[in-house]
Amino acid sequence: MSLRLEPSPQQIKEDKVYHDMGMTDEEFAMAENILGRLPNYTETGVFSVMWSEHCSYKHSKVLLRKFPSKGEKVLQGPGEGAGIIDIGDSQAVAFKAESHNHPSAVEPYQGAATGVGGILRDVFSMGAKPIALLNSLRFGELQSARGRYLFEEVVAGIAGYGNCVGVPTIGGEIQFDPCYEENPLMNAMCVGLINHEDIQKGVAEGTGNTVMYVGASTGRDGIHGATFASEELGEDSEDKRPSVQVGDPFMEKLLMEACQDLVQLESLVGIQDMGAAGLASSSSEMASKAGFGIEMDLDKVPQRESGMTPYEMMLSESQERMLLVVKQGREQEVRDICDHWGLYAAEVGHVIEEQNLRLLFEGEVAADIPADALAEEAPVYHPESTEHRVFTENQKLPASSLPISDRKQTLLDLLRQPTIASKEWVYDQYDYMVQTNTAVQPGSDAAVLRVRGTNKALAMTTDCNSRYIYLDPETGGKIAVAEAARNIVCSGGTPLGLTDCLNYGSPEKPEIYWQLEKSTDGMSEACSVLDTPVIGGNVSLYNETQHGAVYPTPVVGMVGLIEDLNDITTQSFKQAGDVIYVIGEAAPEFGGSEVQKMVEGGISGRVPELDLNLEKERQQSLLEAIRSGFVHSAHDLAEGGLAAAMAESVIDSAGLGADVTLEGDTTAALFAETQSRFLVSVSPEHTEAFERTAADAVRIGTVTNEPTLEVHQSTGEKVLQADVEEMENAWKGAIPCLVKSKD
Amino acid sequence: MKFAVIVFPGSNCDDDMYYAIEETLGEEVEKVWYTETDISGYDAVLLPGGFSYGDYLRSGAIARFAPVMESIIEEAQRGMPVLGICNGFQVLLEARLLPGAMQFNKNLKFICRPTPLTVVNADTMFTTEYEQGSTVTIPVAHGEGNYYCDDDTLEVLKQNDRIIFTYQDDINGSAAGIAGITNEKGNILGMMPHPERAVSDLLGSTDGRRLFQSMLKNWRESHVASS
Repeated sequence: MSLRLEPSPQQIKEDKVYHDMGMTDEEFAMAENILGRLPNYTETGVFSVMWSEHCSYKHSKVLLRKFPSKGEKVLQGPGEGAGIIDIGDSQAVAFKAESHNHPSAVEPYQGAATGVGGILRDVFSMGAKPIALLNSLRFGELQSARGRYLFEEVVAGIAGYGNCVGVPTIGGEIQFDPCYEENPLMNAMCVGLINHEDIQKGVAEGTGNTVMYVGASTGRDGIHGATFASEELGEDSEDKRPSVQVGDPFMEKLLMEACQDLVQLESLVGIQDMGAAGLASSSSEMASKAGFGIEMDLDKVPQRESGMTPYEMMLSESQERMLLVVKQGREQEVRDICDHWGLYAAEVGHVIEEQNLRLLFEGEVAADIPADALAEEAPVYHPESTEHRVFTENQKLPASSLPISDRKQTLLDLLRQPTIASKEWVYDQYDYMVQTNTAVQPGSDAAVLRVRGTNKALAMTTDCNSRYIYLDPETGGKIAVAEAARNIVCSGGTPLGLTDCLNYGSPEKPEIYWQLEKSTDGMSEACSVLDTPVIGGNVSLYNETQHGAVYPTPVVGMVGLIEDLNDITTQSFKQAGDVIYVIGEAAPEFGGSEVQKMVEGGISGRVPELDLNLEKERQQSLLEAIRSGFVHSAHDLAEGGLAAAMAESVIDSAGLGADVTLEGDTTAALFAETQSRFLVSVSPEHTEAFERTAADAVRIGTVTNEPTLEVHQSTGEKVLQADVEEMENAWKGAIPCLVKSKD
Repeated sequence: MKFAVIVFPGSNCDDDMYYAIEETLGEEVEKVWYTETDISGYDAVLLPGGFSYGDYLRSGAIARFAPVMESIIEEAQRGMPVLGICNGFQVLLEARLLPGAMQFNKNLKFICRPTPLTVVNADTMFTTEYEQGSTVTIPVAHGEGNYYCDDDTLEVLKQNDRIIFTYQDDINGSAAGIAGITNEKGNILGMMPHPERAVSDLLGSTDGRRLFQSMLKNWRESHVASS
């Protein structure tokens, strides 16, 4: 028997050892009550991770239930590894997003790499073949060496893992703001393709069936990762580096291939990734979902270090591991597949009638806990909510106009803002072409992948402008969903649904909880109106340091279906002579805009209004115009307004330019971020038909053969002229330049 | 013509290669697992891109010892066409079927982008469908594509027209801008760019097709000649 220097149940209670594991006195009392005795060290550890915010959503559950999650095409809603939506022909798309913020803050390369690994497993454990990775990242403004280090290493970690496993990283978004300086956000999304009959669930049913462990062995890395993810980052966070897991993408690749084969086995009952809280969560959740129990012999768990205790094994977040339940007597089928791929497959336990998670170690019972208590009965909190003073104060501010005189310089400066600037420096490091389905590469509104063997394609995007949400959570929440849908529509797709990644500060602070409450209200409403159910997601709270919380950042990951490859549309202008339209009129709305932040050095005031019904109408009419073949290019207007959008549409166009005339307030027309607007180009022979389809479209000019952007007022006066080359230099040069700075 | 796509643990462009042959040429193609020991039944060997054995130790360093390699080396010496793309090229270098070695890209980062190449030698069994000196756009996706060899070797490569493709821009620091080279006999081509990713307009380029078409055409001609 190994020597275990663990406190006794009595000591755990008296010395409040559970505090170090993130459990409160009340929670410990609940656990004691459930067991009818004092929990031992292993049990306390298992309770603490399963009841952490990261695993239990105890502060957000009530709000998540508000999201519309049903729909005709939804085959699997929230609750499994990933949600699944039907795309016809007996095929479906499985996708999910997940955060890996805290690990990325202390160990950016591995934090980001394992974030990618975890989301991949969520998708392929459903039986799907991963076909795309996306991400959504937030950093400080690259002004400090630490900030640049985090940015470079997170990108390198995503590349290192994704490139190796052979799943293309095809899209994403990055925003830079001082609020993320010490607490960057790293959200990863994976999209998979699956045949209806292959859909798997993480269930452990059938007494006597065998529990098998497949993949990497268990080490001491990542212990209490879920707990670490559920507290604020502090000065001692560096000490939590051992809580960060280490990724092995080669092992993941083998595991992914093996899982594609394993899900074909009729003898496979259930399969689940060992993600956050590792063996503890996968076993208790699989048992709880099925209404059975699991008895596991920890001596049989493959271990990469000697002398590991049950506590360490259950809480380890070693990567690239799967838990399977297989029909009794048919374990060899699993072993054969694993042998082929050179993987471990160990029988570690079996399904039992009694609905408990029972762990045996060195011949003794090391833990015995009702599975439901861990997976389903975590405490649910209804935190106090108070209107955030930022909202209250900003609502009172009068609308201000911006003092902009040199519009060309303003445009060039905007193109240099890292949030708007080209992200080529980033996606150049991602293999976005492997699997050879990438029809629209990173850099357009949404990335597009063809579905091999069909005439269909999938459009996908991640989006969230957290500045709006900071100033006005409810409107900002609506905008996040609407903008994602706009990106899908601009690519020629019908939005199918979304996954979210809710990144906030501490929910125990009433103003932060209010942000969470209001922004999810806004998102829910937008999802209902735009018919985009939320099929899964993730909550990351406690994103704050002693300098405050990050902006509320509910990232939306959306997938859309393009029914015909001919409908694929990009943002770049295609041919001289095409007529340029803007759908939707600009208003002088600058609150939370990129130009406001640039000119005034901060954001304030009211954010742009959003009329969801109008949004839906415009999206539908644009999609109809695209499907009718009228549209050569489409681009949604977002950060930097029409000016930035026009610049992007010409920069990508291989030598074309644009000549446009704008009515009304020129500053607003160029730079305001009024919602529900699109920049569209249409070939001259289709203009009449286009105008009939898109009622709100206003003709503003034409695509020219001159590589320059010219903007006139209605009086004829020229208000802006910029060469494509100088715009391109500003736009493409900004991030490489920031990264290279050595101060 | 019957192609073998060799699959090592960690190969990840094997499917892409398979589809490229199937869709571009419509010829027979099979995936061959690294444990196979006899590939004499095939007419050409394709070593795909990816991260064989995780690229641990060095790219291609472990794959070089995979059981299938012995048969590949044997058949290559007998003249079977062997095409190594990206990681496949790295494996060929490690196996000493081609001279030189790969270093990390000069900027120490992975690069993935469509890349203009010059066809330096259009008189090989892999390139006859290209025009000598023409520009083709084929994507690269690699972290270790910075080709290195000593000056004498470089001189030999140049003298014998064994440099087949060069980069038009210095994207990774390769000696003499080398993107692809052949062995002395000309039946083994290793190249970092991915022709299998440039086989349809949907993917942005069709410039890779002619490489596979060249292989087929030359194989047919040599078979007509020999039979």
